[in-house]
Amino acid sequence: MKHIISALVQNKPGVLAHVAGMFAARAFNIDSLAVGRTEDPNLSRMTIVVVGDDRVVEQVRKQLGKIISVVKVQDFAGEDVVARDLMLINVCTPPEKRPEILALIEMFNAKVVDIGPKFVMVEVSGPENKIEAFIEACRPYGVRNVVRTGTVAMARYARQRHE
Amino acid sequence: MSTQPSPKGTLSPYPIRKPGSQIIVDTLVEQGVEVIFGYLGGVVLPLFDKLYDAPIRFIIPRHEQGGCHMADAYARATGKVGVVIATSGPGATNLTTGLATAMMDSTPLVALTGQVRTELIGNDAFQEADTTGITRPITKHNEIVKDPRDLARAIREAFYIARTGRPGPVLVDLPVDMQLAEVEVTPPEEIALAGYKLRDKGHGRQIALAAEAINASERPIIYAGGGVIISNASMELRALADKANVPVTMTLMGLGCYDQGRPQSLDMLGMHGTAYANYAVQKCDLIISVGARFDDRVTGKIKTFAPQAKILHIDIDPASISKNVHVDIPVVGDAKVILSELAAAVEHRSRNEWFAEIAAWKAKHPLRYDRKADVVKPQYVIEELCRQTNGGATIVTGVGQHQMWAAQFYRFSRPRQFITSGGLGTMGFGLPAAIGAQIACPDALVVDIDGDSSFNMTLTELSTAVMYELPIKVCLINNGYMGMVRQWQELFYGKRYSCSSLKNPDFANLARAFGAVGYTVEKKEQVAGTIEKMLAEKRPCVVDFKVDRTENVWPMVPAGKGLHEMDGLDAYELT
Repeated sequence: MKHIISALVQNKPGVLAHVAGMFAARAFNIDSLAVGRTEDPNLSRMTIVVVGDDRVVEQVRKQLGKIISVVKVQDFAGEDVVARDLMLINVCTPPEKRPEILALIEMFNAKVVDIGPKFVMVEVSGPENKIEAFIEACRPYGVRNVVRTGTVAMARYARQRHE
Repeated sequence: MSTQPSPKGTLSPYPIRKPGSQIIVDTLVEQGVEVIFGYLGGVVLPLFDKLYDAPIRFIIPRHEQGGCHMADAYARATGKVGVVIATSGPGATNLTTGLATAMMDSTPLVALTGQVRTELIGNDAFQEADTTGITRPITKHNEIVKDPRDLARAIREAFYIARTGRPGPVLVDLPVDMQLAEVEVTPPEEIALAGYKLRDKGHGRQIALAAEAINASERPIIYAGGGVIISNASMELRALADKANVPVTMTLMGLGCYDQGRPQSLDMLGMHGTAYANYAVQKCDLIISVGARFDDRVTGKIKTFAPQAKILHIDIDPASISKNVHVDIPVVGDAKVILSELAAAVEHRSRNEWFAEIAAWKAKHPLRYDRKADVVKPQYVIEELCRQTNGGATIVTGVGQHQMWAAQFYRFSRPRQFITSGGLGTMGFGLPAAIGAQIACPDALVVDIDGDSSFNMTLTELSTAVMYELPIKVCLINNGYMGMVRQWQELFYGKRYSCSSLKNPDFANLARAFGAVGYTVEKKEQVAGTIEKMLAEKRPCVVDFKVDRTENVWPMVPAGKGLHEMDGLDAYELT
């Protein structure tokens, strides 16, 4: 089971290493980790997708909370969240297949950001299942490489009102 | 011109400027530090220059690891924050075992390490190591100071973090240019750590549930760990145990939190605990755990642990609750505060059947060894030591069989009396810890019950004991083996004693070469008399007890077995 955990952390060197090191030391299974600045220059937000049952996720939440540079931990389990992943993907495009690939890209609301004689580079963003579906749809044509940001998430307004 | 910093909130008309090294020392004095353990090095010379005439006693070990264990034991013996200083590179890396030891046993420690100049960091400079990177997993928090204006704040925060909540070691890395830079002295500000919230008081509703559960239980047991000692909650624990009439078992780290002389004491539980404690845990209907963490040495096979028991867990660290076993009634907060509230809310129940059952186990399975044998038995040495010291000495140990026998056969009655590396199990902890404890309590009788293999690891610190004239006593339980692993090789590896024995020096002679006193005991008849002589010694004293080489620690819960499946209960006739 995948859980999304969001942690507000101090924007200082070593904090990412600390969190990553703790996950490794405690053998927690991490699917993805995305971190970036927030509206407050002293704080960054980490979005971590953890694989495990409720007991594991409870431990992840508590161990994260113990790290002093981690200011706040939110577990989005069962909550209404907007979760997005951004991917750049190089799809092979034999000339005869190009029109259908371009149609596929439009269907997914994705964008072509680079083009070469035998490939297109596509930018796709959306929930994880949309990303996965696009990759699957491209497989028959050939996927050269993929880079993803990992999930970032934010609670919807309905939940935020209660905090 | 005043030498005081400006009062809080005002701008100083005549700002005082001092070098970072002076600010560091001034902040240490402000934090109430009276003793520092540490070792010199190139990038801590500015700091040591200011320590030269500071009102702080300085103890120099022979290895930074020894210094760290000394500071650790100083903290365990007093409850104050221990302070250790080391230089960069190898000085800092030599601290890692000591820091991990303190981390696992939740000891308040502040480690100050020198570091190369800020512009050289990351350049493979001379004696450079990524100290904060290396120590991140083994410290409660660490920081490298890159702006001299942060020096005082970083150190104040370090002390605050080390001693509050669940205590732990905190490291502050101090580049040498930070120590040399001149900076304006500023008054202390409120500590504001956004990511660190303390929770002392337990939740009222949880405490009510806890009291209800205790009152309703037929066969309760209190399982008390090191947290009771850290929280200074022995009196409150006794009040609860007396008021509700509940038997008490302790972990290795909890020994001394409840007087073992009292009839409700079940002594130590777990892998080498008493049979009566282990049976009681397996049969109970309520475990009241305080300041303990259901470690694997205590639970045995988790699936069969306390099958009939509801679990009530009082702990300051929420991450320890429901980590290994499912907890029915969690209460997060400080043990002292919660236990006193709980004691007020519980009722006395006679529970005669339960106590009768326990008494039967105690009668049938006391701790025993072959008292008739004509060799020096390690258990006899410890019992005789306990007798001659009236059970009142401060006992420090290394790690291994001797540590288990010390826990079993010395009867502890007060907190901070037993100082041992429980969580990490660090061989070599004994001698430096005895030094730290003696410095902390100059009038106390401090005895290191050590093993020959453990002692070998840090015996260089005998020089430290001699240099500072510390009257520590070392009882070497010398079986010429790494005893605990040899026992496992005997029981589980078909007696294939692979690499478990060492050739030892003549320890008594070696002690004399260091300037200490040394005795050797080879016969049972010599034991009592030599202990008497040892206790009368004013100088540091090592007694080499050549004990039965193949004695084993019983009872034992083998790995993977349940607490009730102990081996060795019938190893000896009841003598």
